[in-house]
Amino acid sequence: MQLTDLPDARGHFGNYGGVFVAETLIHALDELRDAYERYRQDRDFLAEFERELKHYVGRPSPIYHAKRWSAKLGGAQIYLKREDLNHTGAHKINNCIGQALLAIRLGKRRIIAETGAGQHGVAAATVAARFGMQCVVYMGTEDIRRQAQNVFRMKLLGAEVVPVQSGSKTLKDALNEAMRDWVTNVESTFYIIGSVAGPHPYPMMVRDFQTVIGKECLRQMPELAGRQPDAIIACVGGGSNAMGIFHPYIAYQDVKLIGVEAAGEGIDTGRHAASLTAGRPGVLHGNRTYLLQDANGQIIETHSVSAGLDYPGVGPEHAWLKDSGRAQYVTVTDDEALAAFTDCCRIEGIIPALEAAHALAYAAKLAPSLSHEKLLLVNLSGRGDKDMNTVAERAGTRFYCRPECDPQRRTG
Amino acid sequence: MNRIDATFDKLRAVGRTALIPYITAGDPSPAATSPLMHALTEAGADVIELGVPFSDPMADGPVVQRASERALALGVSLADVLDMVARFRERDTACPVVLMGYANPIEAMGLEAFADRARAAGVDGVIVVDYPPEEAGGLAQLLDARGIAPIFLLSPTTPETRMVDVARLARGYVYYVSLKGVTGAGHLDTADVIAHLAEIRRHVSLPVGVGFGIRDATSAQAIAAHADAVVIGSRLIQEIESGPAETAAARAAAWLGTIRSAVDTVVKQAA
Repeated sequence: MQLTDLPDARGHFGNYGGVFVAETLIHALDELRDAYERYRQDRDFLAEFERELKHYVGRPSPIYHAKRWSAKLGGAQIYLKREDLNHTGAHKINNCIGQALLAIRLGKRRIIAETGAGQHGVAAATVAARFGMQCVVYMGTEDIRRQAQNVFRMKLLGAEVVPVQSGSKTLKDALNEAMRDWVTNVESTFYIIGSVAGPHPYPMMVRDFQTVIGKECLRQMPELAGRQPDAIIACVGGGSNAMGIFHPYIAYQDVKLIGVEAAGEGIDTGRHAASLTAGRPGVLHGNRTYLLQDANGQIIETHSVSAGLDYPGVGPEHAWLKDSGRAQYVTVTDDEALAAFTDCCRIEGIIPALEAAHALAYAAKLAPSLSHEKLLLVNLSGRGDKDMNTVAERAGTRFYCRPECDPQRRTG
Repeated sequence: MNRIDATFDKLRAVGRTALIPYITAGDPSPAATSPLMHALTEAGADVIELGVPFSDPMADGPVVQRASERALALGVSLADVLDMVARFRERDTACPVVLMGYANPIEAMGLEAFADRARAAGVDGVIVVDYPPEEAGGLAQLLDARGIAPIFLLSPTTPETRMVDVARLARGYVYYVSLKGVTGAGHLDTADVIAHLAEIRRHVSLPVGVGFGIRDATSAQAIAAHADAVVIGSRLIQEIESGPAETAAARAAAWLGTIRSAVDTVVKQAA
């Protein structure tokens, strides 16, 4: 069996994946699986998907040689796959287009989505507007506070944003609440999951829609650099941008695949979101995968400066790639990611998302140890506009504050 | 004979419908659970479903979520829940106890260790909400080998072909989730439930319990006329959380008593 043949018919990647949901959802998942099996080979569906990616999303996204940064680091050459240039500013839209086209074919005009940082919520709200569908986005109240700008974007696009108060009030709880909505409205509603997580067929389907990233790289790298890269580096929260760029390269044994997890304040502090590095296998959100959990099997709260990586699980195919040794997984702390964020801004004139800054940080760490001929391809999965508040807060800068509202200036 | 089978045999002989209350273990406090269970049996419970708290109860509505969060805040683990069952068994060796929860705490303990400890504690059945039959084979076998019933859910969207699969693995009873939704949701459509029950009985010979959405004497009576068991959770937990913890058992028992009387007005043909 080839690594690329997975999952099996019931959605397993080795010991991982599967369908771990309440009986009420089984029928909807079977329906989705059958529909996807049919449309993934349907010429009209694939042609429409490609058309949307080209004319609406703006694909293909370019690969950019970060020459100045590479030169400063004094080692391997760093190339950036520019998913930040997509419409809505991240890779998330690729998957949303695919699932929305499927929803339309299933006759479901109401879509729901969960979101952490808000990027997937914005992408879902965008495609809902584009195709004239109703859209409800579930978002933890803690994330709503951190990502106010994205909440406003979703509302502008016509989506309803439902605050989730339960549990840790973050992405995992938003996902629970979206599942509860889906159970209740299963006949009229299509649930667009934003990552390669959830029950089968989601991990496979989201991966397939995101592999457009890696497939473009397979063509672009030889054009630009004369050959395929020596390593591909991508950040991993749920893992959809990483899976999208890794998967087409799995068969290329000479290309190292490196996933970068969020070490938050450091793995030993316990305040991190590195499920593959520090977690144990278990069952959450419909699949078996590595989870951050306590000794009693309760899911624990995670931390990362990047809301998009702040998730206690990870896509089951990453769990499988880790165990099989085909991919390796490393970690980067909040501080390292922020340093890479600043370097990328100042040296290359590109403001990366904090998620992608984790991948950049690892590339910057690795590059000096390699020779000038080595090629590193980093998935720059999103742009950093959404992170302005987070970065400014940490730097002690207050944002959107006119001089006259600063009390010190007013009295002085 | 498993206590669940014995209970349903006895009830069938006299034409009564089983009443199954659901409470979350450790709510309002770990020490309160065993006395609460005794109070419920005295008020007429035939089987007790004991919820195992989990951090991410995907299939539960707000009431059960709150109960689960309260128990977790007190540090209640699966091992603690098994201890609570063992305490209950010190005084009650007749009433079946069914654990209902999610897969991860069980996997964290280890399937075999869980099956052994559940048997030692006196557990009679186990419902794992996120283990559909496709993923439940391993645990179902381990439980069955120890005389513990693996209990499965059926829903309004379950096709008949799946009912056959469930019938193969299930023991004790099957639990029909009477509506599309989470625990404690809206109102149920009795006619629809009756139609589905007829379909289920064509494929499943075990007793059929109905739950999710039964909230009062009227809905309990309507369901009791057709089902083998009526399961009530969220509404009972609301009774528990509506006042001081010290009197929770008395409130819960008094309310369950009214449901017991309502269900007992329904006389079915004795088998």
